Amino acid sequence: MELFWYIVLMTMLTIYVILDGYDFGAGIIHLFFAKKEKDKKAITSAIGPFWDANEVWLIASGGVLFFAFPTLYASSFSGFYLPLMMILWLLIFRAIGLELRGQVHNKIWESIWDKAFGISSLLLALFFGIALGNVVRGVNLGMVTNGVSAHEPHFFFLPLWNSSFSPHAEHLGIIDWFTLLLGIIGVVALAIHGANWIIFKTNSDLNEKLKNVAFNLNIALLILVIVSLFIWHIIEPHPFHNFIDQPWLWIFPIITFTGLFGLFKVKSFKKHGLGFLFSSLFLFGGLTSTVASIFPKVLPSTNDVNPDLTLYNVAAHEYGLSVGVYWFIIAAFLVGVYMFVQYRVFTGKMDDVDYGEH
Amino acid sequence: MEDMLFYDRMQFAFTITFHYLFPQLTMGLSLMIVYFKWKFLRTKVDKFNDAAKFWMKIFALNFAMGVVTGIPMEFQFGTNWAKFSELTGGIIGQTLAMEGMFSFFLESSFLGLFLFGEKLLGQKLHFLTGFLVFLGSWASGYLIIATHSWMQYPVGYEILENGKFVLTNFGALFSNPWLLPSFLHNQMGSVITSSFVMAGVGAFYLLNNKHSAFGKLFVKTGVIFGLISSILVAFPTGDLAAKNVVKYQPVTFAAMEGIFETEEGGSEIILIGQPDVVNKKLDNKIAVPNILSFLTYQRWDAEIKGLNEFDESLHPTNIPGLYYAYHIMVGLGTIFIGLMLLAAVQLYRKKLYDTKWILWALMFMLPFPYIANTTGWYTAELGRQPWLVYDLLRTADGISPTVSSGNTLFTLLGFIGLYILLGLLFLMLAGKIINKGPETAKIN
Repeated sequence: MELFWYIVLMTMLTIYVILDGYDFGAGIIHLFFAKKEKDKKAITSAIGPFWDANEVWLIASGGVLFFAFPTLYASSFSGFYLPLMMILWLLIFRAIGLELRGQVHNKIWESIWDKAFGISSLLLALFFGIALGNVVRGVNLGMVTNGVSAHEPHFFFLPLWNSSFSPHAEHLGIIDWFTLLLGIIGVVALAIHGANWIIFKTNSDLNEKLKNVAFNLNIALLILVIVSLFIWHIIEPHPFHNFIDQPWLWIFPIITFTGLFGLFKVKSFKKHGLGFLFSSLFLFGGLTSTVASIFPKVLPSTNDVNPDLTLYNVAAHEYGLSVGVYWFIIAAFLVGVYMFVQYRVFTGKMDDVDYGEH
Repeated sequence: MEDMLFYDRMQFAFTITFHYLFPQLTMGLSLMIVYFKWKFLRTKVDKFNDAAKFWMKIFALNFAMGVVTGIPMEFQFGTNWAKFSELTGGIIGQTLAMEGMFSFFLESSFLGLFLFGEKLLGQKLHFLTGFLVFLGSWASGYLIIATHSWMQYPVGYEILENGKFVLTNFGALFSNPWLLPSFLHNQMGSVITSSFVMAGVGAFYLLNNKHSAFGKLFVKTGVIFGLISSILVAFPTGDLAAKNVVKYQPVTFAAMEGIFETEEGGSEIILIGQPDVVNKKLDNKIAVPNILSFLTYQRWDAEIKGLNEFDESLHPTNIPGLYYAYHIMVGLGTIFIGLMLLAAVQLYRKKLYDTKWILWALMFMLPFPYIANTTGWYTAELGRQPWLVYDLLRTADGISPTVSSGNTLFTLLGFIGLYILLGLLFLMLAGKIINKGPETAKIN
């Protein structure tokens, strides 16, 4: 039962990253490449009717985490207190940037909310990458010093950084050079993903330029991914042991690299959706490979005193998990229907949808 | 430790108070917009569709504020109340996860269609999307109040040796006797807010001699919805909710009503007075004998337990706050019924639109349902103290053990700054929409 909910949760989080990822990416593109009013409008139209529903995947994932793995929810949300609060503030800024921009026609007003939308999208992509880095690296569970836990074995608290910015320091911080590297990968990958979405959903003049942008960023992404693979073993000495035990898991890294290399053909794609498909494959493969490499851990411990948090020692009780399956299947079916309707109605290019001027 | 508890509570109280200013309008207004769309489908009179479109603008802005201030609420269970989440997550996580899966997806998917899809969908389907948004928002309220009800009156659980609460009966979460009266009471409160907002905006147009046709429609609709909801919020829903408090939390009831001592031969109802907790009495009291006993048990001499019957460790932690919250809610509720009755009588006599003083009163009453809804929730939440899960888990035992008070104060200050900005922006933009007024359909 724990495994079922683990797969559900990871699937929901992956869907969230792919869906809201293109919103963040569109924000990053908006920040750096949209100069003309027409281009800005094309970008906001491309995500207009979707971003709010996309964000629900985060809230719903949070709900499932809370209900199925309450110990993990309690431990990680209190331990990563500061970055989570900052993510909340950025989500608020980003949302009001999108919602309020069109309400007043004034140059200063518009440029304030343009920047709010763009900068918070960029920082969110960075923070989510850093968050993934923290989960891979692990934390000092129980806040052990000199072999003694200061708290219960599953609780911890991390400051934003420590002075050494090292993932090996005795006192860790949220941001160190390893997590920062994953953060930068997040920004680059989502920028590509967002560019692909805009190409897919609009006939904007920007599209030709964005194909070049996606191509160039993809070179950077390839380099960053290779660098991260080389230093991964510094953080996790045996990153491949799950893959050796279960060779079918290699499908995930293969998907990652299919996405990554497929994107180098972005300039010659005839179908506009193909680029988006490949960047989705990269995100899906990257996340699943990472998760597969640390399975069944969900939050590793960096000390020898307290054990790792695994999906088995953080789960809720059997009865609750079983009864949840019934309502979850009904709900998941309904969500599928809603998404079908939503994407069916807003199918094709979005240039004509006047977003923000209700 | 004391500090940590204080700032955790302040942050939750501040963010939930601000948040709930928006959903209370969302839930009530969605019902009224669906009503306008339905009238339009039936009568084909453009006025109703134009009215729906105008209120959808306010709704969209209000909904966005509700969403962005709502996400921090779900996060805070884990960030600031980690021990509580760890111990009870297997139970309250059920209803909170269901809220995400059943209502947030429904609302957010169809809100986009509702706001942008009128031309694409046609009128019937557009009405349907509006109805689904309404359904989603009320389902959200239902599941939140199911969670709240379990905290007030825990059912269907077992406590393990390690202190964890384990769900043993899923159905009990929804047959909880606390749930239905609270839910209906809350929803009626939300319809009161939207009715007063609509009537208040309508009165503003009439007094201003602007958009008079819409002004009349808004005042009329607001008064009819307002009268029905003001009555229903008191009876039967408020009455049933209060009887639950008497039955399951008698000490809370005593504090709400300001009853320090059990009275022989029936309790008086206190209308005005300031509780003095140290000397256990009320200053400047105005009270009517025996009414409280009658309202509670339908017997003039029924005994109502005073605070003196309970150990002080079981008393609500903020007795004056609880007493005022409850009395403000009840006082305002009474005024709402009175004003709406007068307005309805004038409406029936076809004189309402010329009765200036009632229009002025309707306009000035616009903010007060927000106060009544907020103090109503304060009554429920302060009334549950010192417990998180009534009688089982104390509030002080639910906070995050590793988050220092300095970090919580830091984020609390951040929320205060950010929400002041949000509030100003909301008022400015809502004011702009109201000042511009509804637009009549263009003739093709």
